[in-house]
Parts: sequence; structure tokens; C-alpha cells
Amino acid sequence: MPSLKDLRMRIDSVKSTQKITSAMKMVAAAKLRRAQEQAEAARPYAERMERMLGSLAGSMASSEGAPKLLAGTGKQDVHLVVVMTSDKGLCGAFNSSIVRDARRMIAGLQADGKEVKILCVGRKGWSQIRRDYAPLIVDLIEGIGRPRLSFDDAQGVASRVLQMFEAGEFDVCTLVYNRFKSVIAQIVTRQQVIPFAVDAPVEGAQADASSVVYDYEPDETEILEVLLPRNMSVQVFRALLENNASEHGARMGAMDNATRNAGEMIDSLTLNYNRTRQAFITKELIEIISGAEAV
Amino acid sequence: MADMVGFDLATPTSLIASEEAGMVVVPGSEGDFGVLPGHSPILTTVRPGVIEIHNDGAVTGRFFVSSGFAEANQEGCTVLVDEAVPVADIDRSAAEERVNAARTALQGADEGQRAAAETELANAEAMLAATQSQPTH
Repeated sequence: MPSLKDLRMRIDSVKSTQKITSAMKMVAAAKLRRAQEQAEAARPYAERMERMLGSLAGSMASSEGAPKLLAGTGKQDVHLVVVMTSDKGLCGAFNSSIVRDARRMIAGLQADGKEVKILCVGRKGWSQIRRDYAPLIVDLIEGIGRPRLSFDDAQGVASRVLQMFEAGEFDVCTLVYNRFKSVIAQIVTRQQVIPFAVDAPVEGAQADASSVVYDYEPDETEILEVLLPRNMSVQVFRALLENNASEHGARMGAMDNATRNAGEMIDSLTLNYNRTRQAFITKELIEIISGAEAV
Repeated sequence: MADMVGFDLATPTSLIASEEAGMVVVPGSEGDFGVLPGHSPILTTVRPGVIEIHNDGAVTGRFFVSSGFAEANQEGCTVLVDEAVPVADIDRSAAEERVNAARTALQGADEGQRAAAETELANAEAMLAATQSQPTH
């Protein structure tokens, strides 16, 4: 039976934990709002780039000299999996759900006899994946998005990947990250970026747009050679933004839960405390009364 | 509208401008070109320079842009660049400083960094030039 003092200390400690979690929730909410604004602001560029690439790739797909980033190396033997997670924890199932999916994907690829390489972005995923697949990990990139997620961060990751691609270290590259759907729902997404999968134009609907003949300056190949690496950065940037928003969303949810749990705990501890206190008083009264009766 | 051309200027982090203009002059890598309404479809790379927005024969907006891409078609003109700033917002001394920093960086650059340093210098110089240049007319 815990003493009154123990209970009081326990309640105080839970209260201060609750203060911390609720503060973290507010911070996550503010960061989430900022991350969403940022994602919103980045959308026009990504959308238009996709459109440009679509019209360009459409006219290039048939020709022979399409760049490798678009057409692939012709093989599918070595896969690079870019696992994007956060550097910090305390965000619920955010990191583990990414890692779980990445694991499943790696196991699947290995079962098919493919070689897998892993590039970790973010500490948390790295420390989980390291347990099973340490020899496959090529590198860890951390410290992204501090203080603020910038396009340079994305370019850093993209150029790392492109370097490896040019050195012929892999054939297919896939990003694994959390797509932000809402504060309570984040969806683990696998996105293949190399070779870049251009959405196949929908027959009929797209026919008008693709029938427009563009003039290219300089020529198509040269533009594609600049556009594709750029697009890589944009895709990585978009993934990072989504991931960032998801992380803060997940943290907000986790901290909201923690705050609520702490509240419940405080209630039950307070009940316990009062009951113990009353029992103590009753006991003292009985002692006094029986003492008086004995006289 | 028939006599106006839609103009969008976007960087990876934000949409800088989205407006209707009489004519847009874009510094393409193969030479500047003006986009009037109903321009034939073209896709080109952009070199660092200044985009000019013309309305009723006068220049109403000038943007410094670094390298990127431009697309023009029946609907309008879309420019995607790494960096875009209204020329009026450029701080002259900051631009000079950037040129100097880029020169120093280029001198100390090894093979791997050379290309990036050269791009940075070209951007910085174009930015400085943008502050000095006057509207064409």
C-alpha cells in the first residue's frame, strides 16, 4: 500500500509529464501547419514540371536515344531503396510503419533474387534497419529539415542518388516515405523514381494535349538531360515535404494521446489518493474513540 | 483572354508570380524570346537573366531568374527556375558580395565542386547585372 506521500509524488510527476506532452503537441501542431504551407507552396512547381516532363517524355519514348534516367539501364538486378524517416522519435508509429514496409519490400526483392542496397534518410529508420540489414546500408543522411526543410536538402539527397546511378551501382530506385493524408492518417508510399515512371497518357483524354507539337530549344535530348536530374530533386523534395508533414501530424496525434492518458492516470491516482487519505482519517478516529472508551 | 498571355513563375519552394501580361520576355539559353498570346508551343532551357513583363508597351515587372526551364503554349507561359526575385528587391551590395563569394569558392573548388561553383558564379553575376541593367524600353 503506497503511502500518501508516495501518491502525491506520483501525481506530481505525471502532471509534469502531461505538461511536457501537451507542449510538444502544440509545437507539433505549429510545425505541421508550417510544413503544410510549405508543401502547398511547392506544389505548382512540381505539377508544372511533371506536365513538361510528360509532354517531353511522350515525344521521346518512341525514339532510341532516351536518357537512362527515363528508359532505365535495361536491367532490374540491383535495387536501391531510399528509406525516409525522421531524426527524432516520439511520433507514434510514424517511423516503424515506414520501416515495416521497407523491410517487407526488401524481403520481397531478395526473394526474387534481386540485389538490394539501402540509403537511409533520417536516423530513426537507420537504427531500426541496421539490426537486420546492416551490410546492405550504403549510407545514412541525417540532419535534414533543420532548421527548415529546404530545396538544398533535397538536392543533396538527389545528387547522392544520381552519382550512384551514374556509377552504375543500381538499376532501379524507389523512395519509401509517408504520404500525408490527414493528421490521423499517413500512408506509407513506395515511389519509383529511377527509371522515372511517366504516367501513361490516358487514351483519348490526353490525345489533344499530346498532339500539340512542341519546338525544343536546344533539342529534346539536351533538355531532358537537364530536366530529369531536376525532376529527381523535385520528387525527393516532395517526398521529404510529405514526410515532414506526416511526421509532425503523427507526433501531434501521439502527444495528444499521451496527454489524454496522463489525464486519465492523474484522475485515477487522485481517486486513490483521496481514498487512502480518508481511510487514514477513519483509522485515526477509530483509534481515538476506542482509546476514549477504554478509559 | 485573347490579347493577354498567362504568365506563371515558380521556384521549387513557391509560386513567385501568376498573372496576365501583354508580353513576356524570357532569357532562353538560345537567346531571349518574347511570348505573345497564342505563341507556338515551345519548351526551352533558361539561362540566368531577367524576365520582363510588358503591358501596353511599358515594362511593368522585372524578375531576376537563375537557370531553369520555360514552356510556352496557347494557354500561356510557364517558367520554372531555381531562384527568382523581383529585380527591385535585389540588394546591390548583397549581390556584389555573392559574386565575390562565388569567385572565391570557384578558386578553391576541386573537380567535383567545379560545376556547381561555376553555376553559382554565373547566377551571382547575372543577379548583379540585373541590378545594373535598365528596362529595354
